[in-house]
Amino acid sequence: MAEHAMYFTDERAQRNYKIRVGILKGLVYVFLSIFALFMVIPFVIMVVGSFIEAKAFEGFADTAKISYLGFSNWSFSNYQFIFSNGSSSFPTYFLNTLIVAVASTTVTVVTAVLAAFAFARLNFKGRDALFALLLATMMIPGEMMVITNYQTVKAINWTNTFAALILVHGVSVFYIFYLRQTFQQIPNELYLAAKVDGVGDLGYLVKVMIPIAMPTITTIIILSMMGAWNSYIWPNLVARGGWKYFPKHSMKLVSNGLRDMFSLTIANQPIPDTYKIAGSMVISIPLLIVFILFRKYIMRGVSRSGIKG
Amino acid sequence: MAQEVIVPSSDGAAAIDATKAKLVGKRKLINLPQWAVAWIVLIPALFFIIWFMLFPIVNTTLFAFIGDFYYDKGGSFALAQFVVATTKNSQQSSFGFNNFVEVLQNKVFLHSIRNTAELVIIEVPLTIIVSLLLATFLNSIKVLKGFYQTIFFLPYVTNTIALGLVFNIAFSRGSGGLVNILLSAFGVDPINWLSDALVGGVGKATRAHQAVVIVTYSLWNGLAFKILVFMSGLATIDKQYYDAAKIDGSSSFTIWRRITLPLLSPQILYITITSFIGSFKMYTGVMAVYQGQSSSTGYYFGPTTNPGLTDGDEWIPVVGWIYRYLYLYPTEPGIPSAGSLVLLAIIMMITVVQFAVSKKRVHY
Repeated sequence: MAEHAMYFTDERAQRNYKIRVGILKGLVYVFLSIFALFMVIPFVIMVVGSFIEAKAFEGFADTAKISYLGFSNWSFSNYQFIFSNGSSSFPTYFLNTLIVAVASTTVTVVTAVLAAFAFARLNFKGRDALFALLLATMMIPGEMMVITNYQTVKAINWTNTFAALILVHGVSVFYIFYLRQTFQQIPNELYLAAKVDGVGDLGYLVKVMIPIAMPTITTIIILSMMGAWNSYIWPNLVARGGWKYFPKHSMKLVSNGLRDMFSLTIANQPIPDTYKIAGSMVISIPLLIVFILFRKYIMRGVSRSGIKG
Repeated sequence: MAQEVIVPSSDGAAAIDATKAKLVGKRKLINLPQWAVAWIVLIPALFFIIWFMLFPIVNTTLFAFIGDFYYDKGGSFALAQFVVATTKNSQQSSFGFNNFVEVLQNKVFLHSIRNTAELVIIEVPLTIIVSLLLATFLNSIKVLKGFYQTIFFLPYVTNTIALGLVFNIAFSRGSGGLVNILLSAFGVDPINWLSDALVGGVGKATRAHQAVVIVTYSLWNGLAFKILVFMSGLATIDKQYYDAAKIDGSSSFTIWRRITLPLLSPQILYITITSFIGSFKMYTGVMAVYQGQSSSTGYYFGPTTNPGLTDGDEWIPVVGWIYRYLYLYPTEPGIPSAGSLVLLAIIMMITVVQFAVSKKRVHY
């Protein structure tokens, strides 16, 4: 604001202006801080709660006012429970989720790169009409697809298989759209130069386009992995039980495993809240690590899409 | 020096010949015309798109229009099954609006629409206004800007179920219920925010209590993306406008009202439309926040013993109703299909209205 000082001839007016600006700035920071606190509190509850002994959370809110402050009650027993519950426990859910995330991301990226290449670089009849059709499907609510896909999976006996979890998410129109935009920004001259050098269409895709578009592809990989980590609706419909080929292996993914903890009972008592909080913590940490490492890629991708998962 | 002419040496000529030979050799392998290459690389994507997206859209629409039909072996080919059954006369079914009539007379479906509509009307404007303010403020500061930005973005990279669970516990009557702990510090009696059963001597949660929880959660959950979009919009506004306004002596509010808002209107329109659609399709978050607390919401998609399809009191969103019906009555996909088409119609109506209203107000 200093550069505006010259507009004031009266010294007192100048000082008043400065004070007003200062107060305004202060209010801005107060407002921001209040909402920052609001954003952070759930995380604080999660971190602190996961280390509190189950006993400290017994009773009701008005009788146990110090439940979050009892440092003497800190323990790792919640985490011990999370990691020691037989075949239906978080290590299994982690493994399942990892398999689904890696496989579905691989399929999604391959289909997206190839399709985006066709739409961005190659000329063929009906290209624009086909692309418009794909974009139109983005407006259809996902429920319409889920209803038939659920019937299909039941009909071909894919319930409780990895195929059902992976292949249904084998393509994403949004990622095709996003990659096509990046591919289109690559100058035509490179393509012509490659042609002169005798590089074919696919060679050009692999040697030139993919390396140039690598930041976008990285964003897609991260968002797609996060999507698998957060997916809940579809696995909840088709993978609630044991694996079709080895029923002792639970097919649940992390989100479903956590959700089902709510109905869990130990000796006819609902499990303690602290166990549930530790479960939340365990499946949130990988996401937060990914966020810290790839903040730039995630924020760029998200500001273009707005899809979560 | 200038007269010297560069003549390719014999070595160079040989190299060119070699390249040409290589080139011709390669050409034979890659001789396909462009359109053929295009369709070949499109095969994987189209395979999945047709199987899991285009076909389902058509099939689900058909489900919705085939009334009173039972798909005892799963209904992946609605029309074929319908035609076979009708020609064999094995089932009494009809093609028409029967499913829609049934859906629109279903009390819980209507109730779920009301629930969702109420949430949308409160939550969407609130979230947009708060995120617009936060983005403007963030844009006006330099110190700690990145710090605040990262914190506001955090909710976006969390697991919906995990954080919904945390909200559930924060609002619970249990001793982990931070909200009730804070309220009791101010002398307010504990409130049963979520459960529709008697908990700890406190009676049923009212709709208003439940709405407070859901709105708080969706505000927390929805700010990140909107702030990000508004921030990227603000970054594109030319600084000259602000300098000119400052020289004219305009107040901060006037600048915001007359410059920032109009220039941000494309982003505001985009966010308004996507928020309305997103909130109308809200499901996972609600399921996560309610968890097992509500006896009638149950924990899969609803209770398995009492389908709850006649209960009018619970807080279930439209999408929740669709999935629950699909899961509980797998042989009757016609009803949830009709429900999803009604949802599609509502979403499209809202979008059309918003585009019409915004035509005069959005500056591109």
